[in-house]
Amino acid sequence: MAERHVVRLTVNGESVERLVEPRKTLADFLRQDVELTGTHLGCEHGVCGACTVLLDGDPVRSCLLFAVQADGARVGTVEGLAHDGLHPIQEAFHDHFALQCGYCTPGMLMTVHDLLQRSPSPTREEIRKALAGNICRCTGYHAIVDAVEAAAARLRAAPPREAAR
Amino acid sequence: MATSGTRPRAVGRPVKRVEDGRLLAGQGRFVDDLHLPRMVHAAFVRSPHAHARVRHVSVSRALALPGVVAVLTADEAARLCHPWRGILTDYVGMKTALQYPLALDKVRYVGEPVVAVAAADRYVAEDACDLVEVEYETLPAVVDPEAAMRPGTPLIHEELGDNVIYRGGFDKGEVDQAFARAHRVYRDRFVVGRQTCVALEPRSLVAAYEPREGSLSVWISSQVPHMMQAIFARILGLPEQKIRVVAPDVGGSFGLKIHCYSDDVAACLLAMRLGRPVKWIADRLESFATDIHCREHLVDVEAAVSADGTVLGLRSRAITGVGPWSCYPRSSVVEGNQVIRLLTGPYRIRNYKAELNVVAQNKALMSQYRAVGHPIASMVMESMLDRAARDLQLDPVEIRRRNLVRRDELPYTTAFGYVFESGSYLESLELALDKGGYARWREEQARGRREGRHLGIGLSCFIELTAPGSFYGSGGAPISAQDSATVRVEPGGTVTALIGVTNQGQGAHTAFAQIIADQLGVSVEDVNVMSGDTALVPYGGGTSGSRGAVLGAGASILACRAVAEKVRRIAGHLLEAAPDDVELRDGKVSVRGAPDRSLTLADIGFRVYYQSDKLPRDLEPSLEATAHYTPARPITWANGVHMVVVEVDVETGLVKILRYVTVEDCGPMINPALVAEQVRGAVVQGIGSTLYEHVVYDAEGQLLTRTLMDYLVPGAAEMPDIEVHHLETPSPFTLGGFKGIAEAGTAGAPGAILNAVNDALAPFGVRLTRQPITPDLIRSALRQAPALNRDGRR
Amino acid sequence: MKPAPFEYLAPRTVPEAVSLLARHGEEAKLLAGGQSLVPLMNMRLARPRRVIDLNRTQGLAYIREVNGALRIGGMTRQATLERSPVIGGRCPLLPEALALVGHPAIRSRGTIGGSLAHADPAAELPAAIAALDGQITATGPRGERTLPATSFFLGVLTTALAPDEVLTEIALPALPPRTGTCFLEVARRHGDFALVGVAVVVSRRSDGACGHARLVFCGVGPTPVRVARAEALVSGRRPDAAVFAAVEGLVRETLQPDGDLHASADYRREVAGVVARRALTTAWSRTNHG
Ligand SMILES: Cc1cc2nc3c(=O)[nH]c(=O)nc-3n(C[C@H](O)[C@H](O)[C@H](O)COP(=O)(O)OP(=O)(O)OC[C@H]3O[C@@H](n4cnc5c(N)ncnc54)[C@H](O)[C@@H]3O)c2cc1C
Ligand code: FES
Ligand code: FES
Repeated sequence: MAERHVVRLTVNGESVERLVEPRKTLADFLRQDVELTGTHLGCEHGVCGACTVLLDGDPVRSCLLFAVQADGARVGTVEGLAHDGLHPIQEAFHDHFALQCGYCTPGMLMTVHDLLQRSPSPTREEIRKALAGNICRCTGYHAIVDAVEAAAARLRAAPPREAAR
Repeated sequence: MATSGTRPRAVGRPVKRVEDGRLLAGQGRFVDDLHLPRMVHAAFVRSPHAHARVRHVSVSRALALPGVVAVLTADEAARLCHPWRGILTDYVGMKTALQYPLALDKVRYVGEPVVAVAAADRYVAEDACDLVEVEYETLPAVVDPEAAMRPGTPLIHEELGDNVIYRGGFDKGEVDQAFARAHRVYRDRFVVGRQTCVALEPRSLVAAYEPREGSLSVWISSQVPHMMQAIFARILGLPEQKIRVVAPDVGGSFGLKIHCYSDDVAACLLAMRLGRPVKWIADRLESFATDIHCREHLVDVEAAVSADGTVLGLRSRAITGVGPWSCYPRSSVVEGNQVIRLLTGPYRIRNYKAELNVVAQNKALMSQYRAVGHPIASMVMESMLDRAARDLQLDPVEIRRRNLVRRDELPYTTAFGYVFESGSYLESLELALDKGGYARWREEQARGRREGRHLGIGLSCFIELTAPGSFYGSGGAPISAQDSATVRVEPGGTVTALIGVTNQGQGAHTAFAQIIADQLGVSVEDVNVMSGDTALVPYGGGTSGSRGAVLGAGASILACRAVAEKVRRIAGHLLEAAPDDVELRDGKVSVRGAPDRSLTLADIGFRVYYQSDKLPRDLEPSLEATAHYTPARPITWANGVHMVVVEVDVETGLVKILRYVTVEDCGPMINPALVAEQVRGAVVQGIGSTLYEHVVYDAEGQLLTRTLMDYLVPGAAEMPDIEVHHLETPSPFTLGGFKGIAEAGTAGAPGAILNAVNDALAPFGVRLTRQPITPDLIRSALRQAPALNRDGRR
Repeated sequence: MKPAPFEYLAPRTVPEAVSLLARHGEEAKLLAGGQSLVPLMNMRLARPRRVIDLNRTQGLAYIREVNGALRIGGMTRQATLERSPVIGGRCPLLPEALALVGHPAIRSRGTIGGSLAHADPAAELPAAIAALDGQITATGPRGERTLPATSFFLGVLTTALAPDEVLTEIALPALPPRTGTCFLEVARRHGDFALVGVAVVVSRRSDGACGHARLVFCGVGPTPVRVARAEALVSGRRPDAAVFAAVEGLVRETLQPDGDLHASADYRREVAGVVARRALTTAWSRTNHG
């Protein structure tokens, strides 16, 4: 077995320090070592987007990153989106029936969070393109696009204090 | 039921989902989120060959790897359990071989489990799999379903004598005469590629065995916990009361998580042998290779049509390739059977002869996926109607109007023998044309053609078989026809409901909470619905065949009626009124006409639970009831119409969907938003089937589409907005008049899209009869088109 | 689907990275964005004994402009390039191509050097860099060497990089004035690798005719494929619809792609012609603004 490494990082603002094998993916690290199971695995080869988290503020596939690589980084997961209650994006998903089984939802939320930070008033087509890397097998996407439009409007009106990142 | 006196408040409204909060916050409870003390992780050595003899297996190096706790071989697994066979006795003459958890003498598809390993974590378990040595002697693979039937083709199971699993069919009406009378006879062959379900959460299981009690607990991502309990009991030789099956949050299913999979059994055997919890989570490579596949069909069809477009008769011959075994316990025959039985759709076709061949191949097992058989049946019929319309110079709408079953013909018995009791076939069509702007799009199409744009309009009118009551049980499968609910008023006056139907994302808990809230006169927030645990909920059949809403609602209504009756009797005693004069409304229990003589449910709860000694002995101190429900008819028919407009880039073969409109009639809607979302999700799966999804094996039976890069699931960017309209024709035979809805979108989309693409390509003389419709398929058809057109860019 | 064990090394400097590579040879793999390598490792199709992570190596991520020419560090993220005003201003072909590379979360990690070194025949960036007459710098134990993109790609997933070399820089010469570019592809879904794609660079001479021209395809051969005859056909003329159509025909006759799971050879050949005509038309119209 390869030598283990100490990894220190912050997850949703909390410092975390663990000893890990180099081959452990960030996704498995978050789910198993940090016990934040909101980040889901749907493919482990980068396509489905369920494992999307924020790494130093940027959306990344946590299945394609080793935990050792996140040493010193800031990781944001779905659990950190809101301090308490729900983030406006989460509320909009609820209001618009934008989830069914909820398995894709954490990755969707992180992707939408990134999109709306960069582009506060996206068109439906831009939203659809931005979500192209997140597979949802249940909803057919229409409701998610509705939710993103609504969340964008809410965030433009009243930006929340950011919790994740 | 007038006496409960509640006017509908929650039912019929788009009540927001009660399931969402946790899921949005990342607090879902999926199987892979579960961690148990001393738990170990399973992985499998899987066959790299489609067909081979297993010569030798050596596991010693794997066993020696630190962290490995057990290695299970096929011989040992076979000794530890009873094999299973996916036969439904209804299908006379059907045959299939026994199935074992691990491949014994031969492997019969790529990915078949050969050896199971348990280790400290999944990483080490996979390391150990790499150290298992298996020697194979490869055999010729049987891949093509037509070839599988030919004499002289290698046998997948020698003992069965041939590769045919089932041959069936029927001949109804006067088919030959209809063809003799026909103005035209149209013949086509439809080829439908293999697909797979791709639930985003893969198949997942944690099994824990307590040797002293002889009890097994299995947390499994499943639609059917009670069925799994029955199956595990049979296969593992444990009594049912010692098996608890829990389906916690389930990340989508669509027919995937409703079968007995050999790796699930092997993981349970590991847990039993070790006396330690074992977790097994399929990874995506395993999913593609070993999840059930679906929909590999060849359908030859002939339609006899009169000069006015009336379909006089049909003949069909379907071949379905289902992999080495018929799946247990639902079999792999239902899909093909539905194709032939449903082919006549909502149309008045009295003369119909059909034949079905279900054949074995060296590919993964095939079984039921969302809308079982419907999409193929509907696509074939809809395509034939468009062909006839074009030939007879009728508008596609007109030919449908002439053939659709009218309301005044109900109840209508199809050629096969299905009975449509209620429906809105023509009304749905007219509404779809109106909402979709059919006439305007025809103008747009004509304008487009002048400008070199190729628009196509497609329609499909379909029926959906929902809420099958007796279906599998009659064939001997341990699959409940009834479903159940326990409803309990808690001491504080709120309500707990335990439902036999399961939830994989449909919002079932919300829908049942709405029904129960109205029945008991409480608010939706005061109802907590739970499901998915055989130790908790009354016996149920879970979710399949769009049965959940119908059976779960029926059982909930019955259980609520029984609870309300108890409430009225106790309140009657306390309020000195006749029970029949007591009504439940707005959380209050009051005497009709005397609102000041009232109690809250909490008052009654307190008396019943804590002061029952003060109640008369003939009043049962209970505010709880369990009810079981089977609809009066074996099938409840829903129906709908899809209208789609596409634009085909004839130079690249890319298809863009410009407009998608659906009309659905599933009877009264419990929650219109949930209905719309079921439709949208299902439509996109139907679009996936038609344009993107394809499981491809090569001639040697190697699986080529192993990842989500190669198996194309529809993505947000290409999918259209989907407009959903409703008609509400109640079923006269279900409680509440409800009908199922979960599969309709998947059933209707393929016909509509195929027709739209063919409509766009018509000026080139091109007509496709194959799915998926890839850009390559379109281009190659245009290349060979009889009508060479500059725009076809030959 | 979990990777096999490996030893993790994170060199701080390029010489350190090079010496680690030299020491461990074929047993080692450089890790850049990981968006191609890690899927392969997760599937155990790649099993490097040692992973040399370039993400902590100094001085590999930069965008520099010198007199209109661009120098891009090998570890520059695709997302950084896509959003860089310098790149957008000097070389709009790159953001246009980058927008088609996977998805935002892929591009946050994926690097330009990784994409070129990986050399997927369907990838957009190799074709784009070749069309821009890019020069690729490799740094190894024997120092640096620079070679043109067109001779960098040798075959499917094969480049001229030696096992002990790091791709350190991509240099793009300044484009002539009045240059128009276009990247166009046909893919099944947004973000998928291209079935066929083309990078077009054309310049309008002061006399109104086409001067410099480049057409480089992806998805139609083992490497990016430049069709010089098509370039010759446009350059020196005032291209119009007839010329664009002639290019389409020529491309279709010239290319000899293979078929695979996603598209047949015939499809790729035909559609390469179509995208060539369309991209050329767009690129030429853009020369007006250049
Ligand atoms: C879902 C998904 C979709 C994608 N879609 C596309 C797409 O549409 N188009 C496309 O082009 N790509 C696509 N990609 C691939 C993506 O662009 C990768 O980022 C890129 O191919 C590799 O870059 P990387 O930095 O991630 O390299 P890595 O994955 O880290 O490395 C790739 C290979 O290059 C080697 N390497 C990396 N950097 C260097 C260097 N500096 N010197 C020498 N060798 C080096 C590595 O050793 C490895 O062999 C997709 C990936 C995913 C997961
Ligand atoms: S699990 Fe990471 S992208 Fe699918
Ligand atoms: S809600 Fe189930 S995958 Fe998106």
